[in-house]
Amino acid sequence: MTLEGRTGPPSGEWGEIDCAQSIHSLYDYLDGELTEDRRRGLQEHLDRCAPCVEKYQFEAELRRIVADRCKDHVPDALRQRVANAIDHERLKSQS
Amino acid sequence: MADQEHFVDEAMEYMPSLYTAAMRMTRNSADAEDLVQETYLKAFRAYGGFEAGTNLKAWLYRILTNTFINSYRAKKRRPEVSDVEDVEDLYLYHRLVGSGGTEFGRSAEDEVLSRFTDEAVKTAIESLPESFRMTVLLADVEGFSYKEIAEIMEVPVGTVMSRLHRGRGALQKALHDFGVKRGLVEFQTL
Repeated sequence: MTLEGRTGPPSGEWGEIDCAQSIHSLYDYLDGELTEDRRRGLQEHLDRCAPCVEKYQFEAELRRIVADRCKDHVPDALRQRVANAIDHERLKSQS
Repeated sequence: MADQEHFVDEAMEYMPSLYTAAMRMTRNSADAEDLVQETYLKAFRAYGGFEAGTNLKAWLYRILTNTFINSYRAKKRRPEVSDVEDVEDLYLYHRLVGSGGTEFGRSAEDEVLSRFTDEAVKTAIESLPESFRMTVLLADVEGFSYKEIAEIMEVPVGTVMSRLHRGRGALQKALHDFGVKRGLVEFQTL
């Protein structure tokens, strides 16, 4: 159950942030939306809690996979179509 | 004020991400191409009103979102499902890594996640109701901040946060369901 030999603290130990709060803030942290104070408090928790770190890493990896695998290649014909449509629009507005 | 002369140079680089969003929102390439073209045309016409130096990508997304809502959603006959079921936090983690935790180790977790193919991810995203789908795309695929998403979708930041939280949960469940159905992952009872 440990990562590098560390174990997680029981809820409430080591100051203000416990595991439940840490998981609650997980996405705000990954999204970069925490205030500096909360981010630092959370970082202190993560520095000591391997189980939380593992969950954070899992969610971060999942997000990378979602972002990476939902992309589509723009058809060349579409680039051309849009370029033509804008040229046409430009000419129209100049005449 | 932005000069139309520079529109092509500035705006075209965002086409891959706009096209991806259009594909996920319309769920077919013909409509996605029309949506992207319409977005660029509207943006070109309105470019004089775009404040140079502000976030062009977010501005384009706002036009795309509005165009989608006004043109494409209106065409649909059946009413849009507007809610998702609540899913517990770490839905996928609990099912794929299980209570055994690190017995798998980090590389095994990554391996399990890497089994989700492009098709799995796209299908799962497209299964979300529109407002959740767009919010998750903007955050997780495009990396917009909560505030930027609120501006693009014209909703309060609190709404963005709640849609993200619930949308991400629903996405995890959809991924898991797809994975089990296709045999990408094993079904685990908890």
